[in-house]
Amino acid sequence: MDLYSKRKYLIIGLFSLVSLIIVIRLFYIQVIDSSYKISAASNVLRREINYPARGVIFDRNGKLLVYNQAAYDVLITPRELKSFDTLSFCHLVGVDKAELISEINKAKSYSRFKPSPIIKQLSSQMYAVLQEQLFKYPGFFIQARTLRQYPSKIAAHVLGYVGEVDQKIIDGNPYYENGDYIGRSGIERAYEDQLRGIKGISYKMVDVHQIVKGSFENGRLDTAAVIGKNLVSTLNADLQAYGERLLSGKVGSIVAIEPSTGEILVLASSPTFDPGLFVGRERSRNYAKLLSDPYKPMLNRAITSSYPPGSTFKLANALIGLQDGLLQSVRYSCAGKGSSPIKCTHNHETPLPLISAIRESCNSFFWQSFKSEINHYATPADGLDAFRKSLLEMGLGKKIGGDLFSETSGSVPSVAYYNKYYGAGGWNSLTIRSLSIGQGELLVTPLQLSNMVSLIANRGYYIAPHLVRGIQENNVALDTLHFEKHVFAAGAANYEMIVDGMEQVVEKGTGRTTAKLDSLTVCGKTGTIQNPHGEAHSAFVAFSPKINPKIAIAVYIENGVWGAKYAAPIASLIIEKYLKGKIAPNRQHFEDAMINSDLISTMNIEHGD
Amino acid sequence: MKKSNSIWFNLDWITVLLYLILVFLGWINIYAAVYSDEHQSILDIGQKYGKQLIWIFAGIFLAIMVLTIDSRFFTTFAYHIYGITVLLLVAVLFLGKEVNGARAWFEFGSIALQPAELGKFATNLALAKCISQFEFKIQKMRSYLILVAIIALPAILIILQNDTGSALVFAVFVFVFFREGMNGMVLFWGFSAAALFILALLLDQFNLLIFLLAISLAAYGVLRQSTKEPFIGLGVLIGTFLAVWGINSLAGLGGTPLQLIVITTIFDALLLIFYGIFRHVAEVWRIILFFIFAVCISISVNYFYSNILESHQRDRIDQVLGIKNDKLGRGYNVNQSKIAIGSGGFIGKGFLKGTQTKYNFVPEQSTDFIFCTVGEEWGFVGATTVLGLFLILLIRLVAVAERQRSQFSRIYGYGVACILFFHIAINISMTIGLAPVIGIPLPFFSYGGSSLWAFTILLFIFLRLDASRTKNLR
Repeated sequence: MDLYSKRKYLIIGLFSLVSLIIVIRLFYIQVIDSSYKISAASNVLRREINYPARGVIFDRNGKLLVYNQAAYDVLITPRELKSFDTLSFCHLVGVDKAELISEINKAKSYSRFKPSPIIKQLSSQMYAVLQEQLFKYPGFFIQARTLRQYPSKIAAHVLGYVGEVDQKIIDGNPYYENGDYIGRSGIERAYEDQLRGIKGISYKMVDVHQIVKGSFENGRLDTAAVIGKNLVSTLNADLQAYGERLLSGKVGSIVAIEPSTGEILVLASSPTFDPGLFVGRERSRNYAKLLSDPYKPMLNRAITSSYPPGSTFKLANALIGLQDGLLQSVRYSCAGKGSSPIKCTHNHETPLPLISAIRESCNSFFWQSFKSEINHYATPADGLDAFRKSLLEMGLGKKIGGDLFSETSGSVPSVAYYNKYYGAGGWNSLTIRSLSIGQGELLVTPLQLSNMVSLIANRGYYIAPHLVRGIQENNVALDTLHFEKHVFAAGAANYEMIVDGMEQVVEKGTGRTTAKLDSLTVCGKTGTIQNPHGEAHSAFVAFSPKINPKIAIAVYIENGVWGAKYAAPIASLIIEKYLKGKIAPNRQHFEDAMINSDLISTMNIEHGD
Repeated sequence: MKKSNSIWFNLDWITVLLYLILVFLGWINIYAAVYSDEHQSILDIGQKYGKQLIWIFAGIFLAIMVLTIDSRFFTTFAYHIYGITVLLLVAVLFLGKEVNGARAWFEFGSIALQPAELGKFATNLALAKCISQFEFKIQKMRSYLILVAIIALPAILIILQNDTGSALVFAVFVFVFFREGMNGMVLFWGFSAAALFILALLLDQFNLLIFLLAISLAAYGVLRQSTKEPFIGLGVLIGTFLAVWGINSLAGLGGTPLQLIVITTIFDALLLIFYGIFRHVAEVWRIILFFIFAVCISISVNYFYSNILESHQRDRIDQVLGIKNDKLGRGYNVNQSKIAIGSGGFIGKGFLKGTQTKYNFVPEQSTDFIFCTVGEEWGFVGATTVLGLFLILLIRLVAVAERQRSQFSRIYGYGVACILFFHIAINISMTIGLAPVIGIPLPFFSYGGSSLWAFTILLFIFLRLDASRTKNLR
């Protein structure tokens, strides 16, 4: 019938061929190529982080040291921004226009689709106002966070601060990501893992305008935020505050320990600062200001500054001599050939036995005892080795290893050290004699000094000093922490000799005028440390009461003239306050004098050390 | 009335059923595309799916109306309908409402009418009427000119409305002509031109010329049924090129590679012409002609591409050819569309569970990109099923067209099949990045009354003609 009817097959063939091509293409993009599924997920999924509240920190009596307050970050998604009244927005949140615009540009260059914070840590008052007005500003949203708050502005160095993570931290630990906060120092740093809790992550489905439409797979992949654990610190907040007050106007530090437990009651460093300065939007400005302060208020001198211990070291020296059986019955004179070249600084009866020598802080006695300790061994090198080993066992010149962050080790010079200067065999006890009275190359931290006193107070052991005694979850004690017990066995009777000497220091020796309490036996030792740069440093170590001691303390005041002038009254005031609750009227003037004294304004600032 | 004369008895119910299934599936997918948890009811006429339901019922009413019209009405008034449509297309240029840069809509209150949609069946009717005349012989040059004029008139008017996509549909009538006896070479040249168009955009001139030379040699071999001669030709070409290249470098003329190959080509073409004359090889002329045609096309492509196309049209072509890959700019729609379909996987995410379409990542997802919803929620299985239904419909239409006694009905039937084919193929292809985005709807699926009604009328006129298939209509 018609010539071309076979062409219908060509046309049907064309229809089929095109359909086949489409089916092949569909098969490729739907079944073979999985990249579209990933793109679809990234289109529609938004990962939201729920920040848990950081654990709070209590003092040993349950007083709050750090807690949290809500704060709010303002974030933008640049793609959704519409033009808005910048001026009134700036007014709402209290930033200037140029700053706002630069933050928005930064956010845009980061990503047009992902939200970036442009204003951080808005106060709850500003948040309340902004929240009402937020509908006027499409593309803006608010994310809640918590900020650290400090009810009393104490213990800045101990508590440490929290700061935003940097790239190094992010690279080193997969938990952290951009915008997270981490403890940067102090307890915040040492107990970061307990305090931070665990971030919650939830996956939300968003539409093309980034508006949340619901949870993904009914929240199957979401994880709940776990609130941070609370810490019970060993600090006594009242005593800490008192210590900080006593230190005002001075450069120095106080470390007080409960000897039986190694719990640190006070750890104060002066000058100090308000820990609240590191919180909120003024943070970086305050940080820069503190950093440029010549007195270095951010330095925690109690654990990161090492000083020569001066005469307080004579206790350690004596302990080693007693352990070696050299000092139990000996008397050394501070005049004559044997005492040379270290003479005594003041007149006292001579020769003296150990207990009286401690009372009188007789330099000659301890030089001669040191000489006998070194010469007790075959060579000076062996002698020094043994001497140094004993000091390290006492926790001097090394990191004690409690829970303190950024503790320095100090140093006890080694044989190698002297060999380097004088050659092997080129030195003897005379060459290194300044060690005997705690001067020269010997450097210890105030923490180590107080720990040494703790060892004596315990008559033979110390527990690594620490700042946290317990961890709580939901206000239930989780576990008590255990810290290592270190023994330095020198014989009970020998310890009693030193204790007796220390008692006499306060009863009738160098500490009698400023450290003696009517109501309590205080056992102490003063130290006056030669300082080539200015006034001598003032040091005092003590514990009390003599039997069953409750507190061991070390106070170190830079340029404090002599041991009994500043360090001894401060230490005794803290002991009195702690054990008696108040200062006896006849000692009130010490308290006033300490609080009101000002060494800083007359001090030479030493740069670069 | 005898039963065999009843329209309802003679109606092709298979096609009607396919139509109803497709319209229903379309409606379900529109519902899924605009679905939101807050929406009250599937019948909410405030929403697109509610409106589409109204359009569907109105469409079915229109279909019934069409079926009640006497079939002779369409043959008698084919030209009149065509004429009125052309007038409407002219009128819309002046009176129409501009939407998205296209002045293509008449507005009557809340109802908008797009005359371009009417253009399809009106032109189809006119072509059917024209070709089915007794004296009409399709192979004549004069006949081609008449047919091209019938097509070009509405097509140009639609291009003037700035709706190039709809105008391109008219090209599909070439398959109808082919079925009615048009010389197959026309299709061959047409496809060649299209292929060259794409190649000219993809290749630089040097490589394009080498490609054309290779094709010509191969074609020559096929025409001469010889494998020896193309290889001799290849040797001559390479030899000439080396000679030209050697002279160029020795004489230091500094000719570019393109210039060298052009000189080689001209020289060898002259050689081939002499060979053809002296050896009386007729195929030489066809090859030369093909080659000249190809070169002309390639040169004009670049002119057309950079001077006549608008920048967004250029970009859409570039996206498909992979010349540009701008996922956030011009390519955003297609990229999001591919993501939606691609993420559907083998069996899809399930009804109303498509995240990409539900959360509006795909622009125009209820109209031109409705296939995304099918692909995402019903997966490869669903997409293939829908495509399969369309293919069954097309094949059914060809079969129904072939059973017509009158040529008019057959031509009209092929026109319907070809128009639907073009829409289906291009619309689906553009959602999966196989064709440039030219903004034409997917028949029976895409949201919108105007296109649904136009496709319904187009189809049911044919079903009405088919119901009278025993009559000889002219």
